[in-house]
Amino acid sequence: MVLVYAEATNGQFKKMAHEVVVYGKKTADVLGTECHALVLGDASGAEDLGRFGASKVHQLKSPNLEKFDAAVYTVAVAEAAKKLGATVIVLSHNSTGKSICGRLAARLEAGSVPGANAIPMMKDGFFTVRKPVFSGKAFADVQLLTDVKIISVAGNSIPVEELGQGGTTVEALDITLPEPRTKVVKHQVATGRVPLPEAELVVSGGRGLKGPENWGVVEDLAEALGATTACSRPVADSDWRPHHEHVGQTGVAIRPNLYIAAGISGAIQHLAGVNNSKTIVVINKDADAPFFKAADYGVVGDLFEVLPRLTEAVKKYKGQ
Amino acid sequence: MKLLVCVSKTPETTTKIQLTGDGGDIDTTGVQYIMNPYDEWYALVRALELKEAAGGSVTILNVGPADNDSVIRKGLAIGADDAVRIDVTEEKDSLYTARQIAEYARAESYDIVFFGKETISYNGSEVGAMVAEFLDVPYIGEASKLEMNGTQATVTRDIEGGEEVIELETPFAISSAKGLAEQRIPNMRGIMMAKRKPLKVVPPTDFPDTTRIAHYDKPEEKGSVKLIDADNMDELVRLLHEEAKVI
Ligand SMILES: Cc1cc2nc3c(=O)[nH]c(=O)nc-3n(C[C@H](O)[C@H](O)[C@H](O)COP(=O)(O)OP(=O)(O)OC[C@H]3O[C@@H](n4cnc5c(N)ncnc54)[C@H](O)[C@@H]3O)c2cc1C
Repeated sequence: MVLVYAEATNGQFKKMAHEVVVYGKKTADVLGTECHALVLGDASGAEDLGRFGASKVHQLKSPNLEKFDAAVYTVAVAEAAKKLGATVIVLSHNSTGKSICGRLAARLEAGSVPGANAIPMMKDGFFTVRKPVFSGKAFADVQLLTDVKIISVAGNSIPVEELGQGGTTVEALDITLPEPRTKVVKHQVATGRVPLPEAELVVSGGRGLKGPENWGVVEDLAEALGATTACSRPVADSDWRPHHEHVGQTGVAIRPNLYIAAGISGAIQHLAGVNNSKTIVVINKDADAPFFKAADYGVVGDLFEVLPRLTEAVKKYKGQ
Repeated sequence: MKLLVCVSKTPETTTKIQLTGDGGDIDTTGVQYIMNPYDEWYALVRALELKEAAGGSVTILNVGPADNDSVIRKGLAIGADDAVRIDVTEEKDSLYTARQIAEYARAESYDIVFFGKETISYNGSEVGAMVAEFLDVPYIGEASKLEMNGTQATVTRDIEGGEEVIELETPFAISSAKGLAEQRIPNMRGIMMAKRKPLKVVPPTDFPDTTRIAHYDKPEEKGSVKLIDADNMDELVRLLHEEAKVI
């Protein structure tokens, strides 16, 4: 059985949770087995995970799960997997998944693939999972050699599809959990914008913007598109923008449907983190900027003129 | 405070990744190597700052072959007191690496074990969590702030679209992200002193492989860029909608 840890954020399932259930169902199909979902803590809509391919949902509630603690969550997932006889465990490659994927692998002595971006395949008799390496400069096909296998799935890697019916039965699990040894004293999330790793549309600015006071043209376009903003490394290093907006090889690696880069030259370290985006638009006044070689669409021009024009064009299109 | 910083060696960031003919491996001809940036810029420097403030020692640990000594020496030049290399000559997976680190660290009882948030080569971000599980200590991933007050730590970690502040006691393991510290460039004195600092080489413990990389590929090259006139953004929007189907 494939067991998917579907994470609820503030009691709600977001796109990432649906993605991993779809991923788990497709993995189960490859193996000719079932896909079950695991829910930790309180959440509304657990029975709805059936729509994305879970044939059963297991829920574990405990006061020890109220705040995130990697060690406690690891015990919860590992013990659930043992109890239910799971041979593959699937989770999101987000901050939660990254905190527990390695712990799970150590606890279960299981092979793991962190950050997979494709459905597993049976190849040369081995269960094989593909993941980006060198921040997207290459892909590796990783064979998992252990009986129990762990996969964390990178966001935006597979489309969310309806693969079944809602109204799945939710069965309560009974597992004794240890007390957390960490105490979360503050949990702060900006509301409104989709966080960068999950964003489908991204507008990004580089040094060509000249200074933080000029970011209005980037934000206006992002606002019109419903996109998330990002930036190049020197921009974050100069504190023009918050560091969580820094994309590239030493920042966040993203794969949105649309990446619009304005005033970014396209250095190899920048491209490494963004070149798996589905469509790339580059706006640069220098026709020889290296980024144009990695772009689908290019606009040679002054971003301070082009971005407002593009924002108007988007508004016009949306108004129709 | 007794601090351990686990560092790895990665290709330099401008490296164009080339594959051997059949995609069976990375072609390492001409590749220059560096210390993984997250390990060097954030993990090592924050450990040094804590030692400077409260005393103690900073040890660097690498799992790898003798070729890695140059990267380890750089860490010593930046300010670490001593180093350990667990002498593994083949490419091994994360779980194997984590087991070696845990075997060594268990006997030494470090207060904090530092990692980078991921390597820029395999982008795994799992070795730190694995070591934490083997040592049975708490783990905080992607820390952007770490303050110590005696044995009491306050850590800020990056989460999607925000951050979380966590309190815990030593011992623990953390992975280091941007914000935790500022990169330090080694000076001449540091480089000279690094040559005399102890670098202990330890044999590995035998463990089975759990994963194996069977094949590498490169992303498909983009076709040539379609240029759109800067005065015609309606055309760009039309293409994004009708051709690329992304809006
Ligand atoms: C170890 C290491 C790791 C790194 N990691 C990263 C990383 O993760 N992410 C990252 O982004 N970088 C990274 N870098 C830095 C990278 O090498 C580049 O220096 C950086 O990406 C350049 O940022 P930029 O494109 O914003 O600035 P620049 O290279 O200065 O480019 C600015 C661009 O703006 C254009 N421009 C200027 N004015 C206008 C205008 N009015 N209208 C239109 N276009 C205009 C210019 O033609 C130019 O192409 C790393 C470097 C190192 C050494």
